[in-house]
Amino acid sequence: MYTFHFAPVFAHFGRLLQGAAITMELSCGAMLLGLVISVICAAARTSHIVPLRWAVAGYVELIRNTPFLVQIFFIYFGLPAVGISFNPNPAALLALTVNVGAYGTEIIRAGIESIHWGQVEAGIALGLKRVQIFRYIVLKPALRTVYPALTSQFIFLMLTSSVVSVIAANDLAAAGNDVNSDTFASFETYVVVTAMYLVMSTVLSGFFSAIQRMAFRYPLGR
Amino acid sequence: MIRQFGWNEFELLVLAARWTIVLALFAFVGGGIGGLIVALLRTGDSRVARTAMVAFIRVFQGTPLLMQLFLAYFGMAIFGFNVNPLTAAVIALTAHASAYLGEIWRGCIEAVPRGQTEAATVLGLHYVARMRHVVLPQAARIAVPPTVGFLVQLLKETSLTSIIGFVELTRQGQIITSVTFRPFLVYGIVAAVYFILCWPLSLAARGMERGMARATQR
Repeated sequence: MYTFHFAPVFAHFGRLLQGAAITMELSCGAMLLGLVISVICAAARTSHIVPLRWAVAGYVELIRNTPFLVQIFFIYFGLPAVGISFNPNPAALLALTVNVGAYGTEIIRAGIESIHWGQVEAGIALGLKRVQIFRYIVLKPALRTVYPALTSQFIFLMLTSSVVSVIAANDLAAAGNDVNSDTFASFETYVVVTAMYLVMSTVLSGFFSAIQRMAFRYPLGR
Repeated sequence: MIRQFGWNEFELLVLAARWTIVLALFAFVGGGIGGLIVALLRTGDSRVARTAMVAFIRVFQGTPLLMQLFLAYFGMAIFGFNVNPLTAAVIALTAHASAYLGEIWRGCIEAVPRGQTEAATVLGLHYVARMRHVVLPQAARIAVPPTVGFLVQLLKETSLTSIIGFVELTRQGQIITSVTFRPFLVYGIVAAVYFILCWPLSLAARGMERGMARATQR
């Protein structure tokens, strides 16, 4: 019968916590940058310039139909071959941003498409500028629609970020790999690391639905 | 010695995609059976089973697949099995797919109007007949697009099994990179092969979703 050795793993708990902090930093950074990309790309997809629309569509389809692991290998190992190289953590942030940007574009676009034309026409009739129409009539209500999808995408991103451990970024999964090679308690180490991810995703999920209840109450006032 | 990247290497890469497909199919079939059980228990009458399934789904949707693979891989050794990357990969991917498909199909079962179940009950159909002849056929129709969408996710996720040492497309790419030193080209081809596998499925899923959205609008 196997006896479990959790004590040596908990002796290194500080390192795991540091890794968890990096995981959160990477995920939050990638989500914020990815959101910027998403909004720009979603706006570009409604543009009149056809090549621009195609470029965005190509980006979205390419990222959504290839594995994140291959994307990060391409960025970290492939790009240096053409003279663009990164350290592990920036490469991880870039890969995560590019990845979530594509998914975010589709989410935001679905949000924009949920806006009724009549409201935009009403905005034009009221003499609002193009920017104002996009911001107040299209973007804001769209954000309200896309909030649940975006937040679950964020949690998915946080879980996906564990993959960056393969390029020696120092996130939670990588901290787990280090602790594993120091303690030789593989199963126990990954049980603890997995539990930490579970706590993080559960807390985030609770936090996001609390915000949703507060910010997006129905009927929508004002 | 550095090997040139030639037809041989290209062929090796494309052939390695077989393992990606095999793995995805194993996980899809296993996850399909598991997912059906999860979805039925999750929508069933037993409260204990419902709670257990909620917990199962939460755990597998709330933790990284990479960690699930590690746990399956190292857990096998602990429980006295021979450590074998393929078995560990199939176990982890099956459990993972069961949770996701279970949650997707739960939604589809719940989308079938309650009146259907009630009418079937009134007609004297017991649980199995009610599910088999009334609820599931209707749920299956709306389940197709999200299920195909999940198959795309699963195909991509098989790439993570390369990290526990299973030789599929991504791992083969790593191996070939290490002898040819052509990472840009090799990972480009690897990405292209995944794209060719996934894109038609994505398009099909989206097409069906649109068709269904139009049908329900009327």
